[in-house]
Amino acid sequence: MQIVVHTHLVDSWTVLTVAGELDVVGGPELRQHVMTATQTGASNLVFDLTGVDFIDSFGLGVLVGALKRVRMVDGDLRLVIPERRVRRVLDVCDLDRVFVIADTVEIAIGAEPVAWSK
Amino acid sequence: MSEATFPTGRVELEIPARTEFVSLVRLVVASAAEIGPDMSVDRVEDLRVAVSEATTNAIEAHNESGSNERVGVQCAVSEDEVVVMIHDQGHGFDPANLEALPAPESPERLRYESGLGVFLMQALADESEIMSGPTGTDVRLVVYSSKRASTD
Repeated sequence: MQIVVHTHLVDSWTVLTVAGELDVVGGPELRQHVMTATQTGASNLVFDLTGVDFIDSFGLGVLVGALKRVRMVDGDLRLVIPERRVRRVLDVCDLDRVFVIADTVEIAIGAEPVAWSK
Repeated sequence: MSEATFPTGRVELEIPARTEFVSLVRLVVASAAEIGPDMSVDRVEDLRVAVSEATTNAIEAHNESGSNERVGVQCAVSEDEVVVMIHDQGHGFDPANLEALPAPESPERLRYESGLGVFLMQALADESEIMSGPTGTDVRLVVYSSKRASTD
């Protein structure tokens, strides 16, 4: 097991607090948690990645897959990434233009959504 | 009196083609790179991501081709740079056939749940080279020390 995930609710948002490494092992583990959350009706998600100290393309793939999944039901996915080094990997791939990325869960929930077209 | 030079160190690993070993490779390469006298924390982090991508691709290449061979990783640390070579014996691929990424605001971009790996390797390493043929692939990744980066 590469990651530990805890889920809790803040208003209408389902917050998944993730700790560990989001790579080829941890990424699919997170995907399972996302499936469980969305199957039980959650469509507005926040991934709190404060405890994630590594992400590569496999982790990014799971984030993008989760965003697609919740957008299909008019939901949203927002990211909490205070760690600059993890954030850099998203920035390099221009994913800072696809996701709301904030330093805290409170800021992420209060932010304006990113514009997108179906 | 000649200036004392940093002796080049070299670490070699052979891992089974199992994804559980990717974190071990990251750990060893990052720890080796940190020994370099002028290697910044940020550059070690860039290398960690690039090595993770290349090692995962190598493991997947063995799994796809059914190879039971081990994946080889060599890491050489010198005063100027860290050079990492990742060798697999999979069926290879043509790097020229990789598609360019669509613009981030394009809805098409979200098709790309995978395929960012090679892009990230190239974006984060100072040099990246993929040599691939039907008997395997060698990836060479180089990250410069801050000393070399400032004199280049």
